[in-house]
Amino acid sequence: MKDAFGAPQSLLVLGGTSEIALATARRLIARRTRTVWLAGRPSPELDAAAVSLRELRTGQDEVTVHTVPFDALDPAAHEETLGKVFAEGDVDMVLLAFGVLGDQGRDEAAPLDAVRVAQTNYTGAVSAGLTCANALRAQGHGALVVLSSVAAERTRRANFIYGSSKAGLDAFAQGLGDALHGSGVHVMIVRPGFVRTRMTARLAEAPMATTPEAVAHAIEQGLWRRSETVWVPGRLRLVMAAVRHLPRPLFRRLPL
Amino acid sequence: MSDADTSTDPAEPVTGWGRTAPSVARVVRPRSYEEAAAAVRACGTRGGIARGLGRAYGDAAQNAGGAVLDMTSLARIRSVDADAGLVVCDAGVSLHRLMQVLLPLGWFVPVTPGTRYVTVGGAIGADIHGKNHHVSGSFGRHVRAFDLLTADGTIHTVAPGTDLFDATTGGMGLTGVILSATLQLLPVETSWMSVDTERAADLDDLMARLTADDHGYRYSVAWIDLLARGAATGRAVLTRGDHAPHDALPRRARRDPLAFRPGRLPPAPSFVPEGLLSRPAVGLFNELWYRKAPRHRTGELQRLSAFFHPLDGVPHWNRVYGRGGFVQYQFVVGHGREDTLRRIVRRIARRGCPSFLAVLKRFGEGDPGWLSFPMPGWTLALDIPAGLSGLGTFLDELDEEVADAGGRVYLAKDSRLRPDALRAMYPRLPDFLALRAELDPRSVFTSDLARRLSL
Repeated sequence: MKDAFGAPQSLLVLGGTSEIALATARRLIARRTRTVWLAGRPSPELDAAAVSLRELRTGQDEVTVHTVPFDALDPAAHEETLGKVFAEGDVDMVLLAFGVLGDQGRDEAAPLDAVRVAQTNYTGAVSAGLTCANALRAQGHGALVVLSSVAAERTRRANFIYGSSKAGLDAFAQGLGDALHGSGVHVMIVRPGFVRTRMTARLAEAPMATTPEAVAHAIEQGLWRRSETVWVPGRLRLVMAAVRHLPRPLFRRLPL
Repeated sequence: MSDADTSTDPAEPVTGWGRTAPSVARVVRPRSYEEAAAAVRACGTRGGIARGLGRAYGDAAQNAGGAVLDMTSLARIRSVDADAGLVVCDAGVSLHRLMQVLLPLGWFVPVTPGTRYVTVGGAIGADIHGKNHHVSGSFGRHVRAFDLLTADGTIHTVAPGTDLFDATTGGMGLTGVILSATLQLLPVETSWMSVDTERAADLDDLMARLTADDHGYRYSVAWIDLLARGAATGRAVLTRGDHAPHDALPRRARRDPLAFRPGRLPPAPSFVPEGLLSRPAVGLFNELWYRKAPRHRTGELQRLSAFFHPLDGVPHWNRVYGRGGFVQYQFVVGHGREDTLRRIVRRIARRGCPSFLAVLKRFGEGDPGWLSFPMPGWTLALDIPAGLSGLGTFLDELDEEVADAGGRVYLAKDSRLRPDALRAMYPRLPDFLALRAELDPRSVFTSDLARRLSL
């Protein structure tokens, strides 16, 4: 169960090697979380992530970390694999953190690569998100935290394939949040700006860049405030409110 | 009510009095013992928990995804023995109702907490205590028997001195649903209180006064200003008293000495902006409250409701903490551990928790309930807005100090304790878990609190 401050005791991460997700898990383990499920494609990285979290034991409490084979591109398997996790006991929080950035230039030239981005970020999230939402609804409590992106707010020339997939995910999560309103399940959309991670290592850093730790902190804050949307950093909310309304001819010419 | 009926009960968000951590449950309202038994049989895999008037601060009477049995429709007073001072009543009867019925007969509830709006079932489940704990112990000590509906759908009459009695008093509803109880009442001549008030300049002064002459009063409690710092840390207003005898009343009141007329103010508004209870605002309130109290006054006559339940005059006062709700932290440390109490009071004062409700009391002998809260020593209770930054970690640190001193926190008020801290605080927890495993192997009775604390 979550406590009065929204801190969960058990956590399911979809996209178990995500740096943002692991930073969040570390932060939550420092508070209340004692059981973590890391779902992802079986890999040495996933196992290493599990080991790194297990080592975070606090006081006399063990931190139990399981890995779960999960592939966003195989939605047919989602109900079975995720169902097994929920069958083990209540999941207080699901963090939907998988996603790929793709390579805009290459993906534009190879439509099937672009489709893969869309299927991972959007289709995979629809399937996994609904599966978890139904299980959480049956529990009568829990939080579903969806990692969207500032790119979802307005797609731009430089990464519109990724951006449009996140826009789809974001819109899906908003609707899901409305559908679950009053069910005891809290859906929270997180829209970080540029986060310094492996995914963005080869990109030029954007203004207001942030870190996985800052995103994790914002997620923890959002949980106790029961926020529906969280921007990281927070001032991006204002910036994007303005950007969203820029006329397209002007927006097109901005060096974004 | 058939099983099919219960499955169509609407799911509703449920929270405790502190309004934190809501969860959704199917709320069932049994109107007879048979309906209660049917509801328990129809609970399903997520189980059920009995709920009274929802005055537990945290998640004790919530059950996410399962059933919550609202017992307030089972509210008959079945019989009163006005000579022996015994009442047999349904578990859903409130202490308020008991006072209305019993005061004119010259009897008072043996133990009352800071609100009359708790049910008898809840009072047993939390083994509540009042300002008279140092004399009278907790609620369970005055229960002569109760009927308990257990997980197999059968009803047991449970007497004091048995394991099931000791597991249920303070057992937070996890042994079964209490259907009715027989209570031993306290004889009173009037519905008035004779009250002595004095101020204590600091915490040491307060503890010295409480230790010196608490035994001279049936009721005793101290309000502490937890925002006062430095030399004034722990300054307090002591309020102590007893039921006023008939000849202490002025002539006008003697005409109807047992009248029970609690006043009622308009309810708190349903929306209150966050952060109304800021540090400066509460600091100002505390300053005025302390100054307003007389340095020393004896024998003042007060109405029962004003002495015991001042906040009951403001319905929904919990709303003043805003949408974010609040947590109440109540702990006890034994005699000889005054150092821990002093350290915690200093820490709270230094941190500046905006708490206008902080109460210190000296407990008497402990009670046999396995998860009963009181033990001989000092108990401090304070309300804190849940939105205060870093509060969770701060209270975790206080838990450690309390546990290290052999003390504990009160489950009826808890909404954030961690399971390992619970194990350290309640030494009879293994007995409780063993009895529950035998009595209710499928965990038909469960709650959000039980899930959170692995009970």
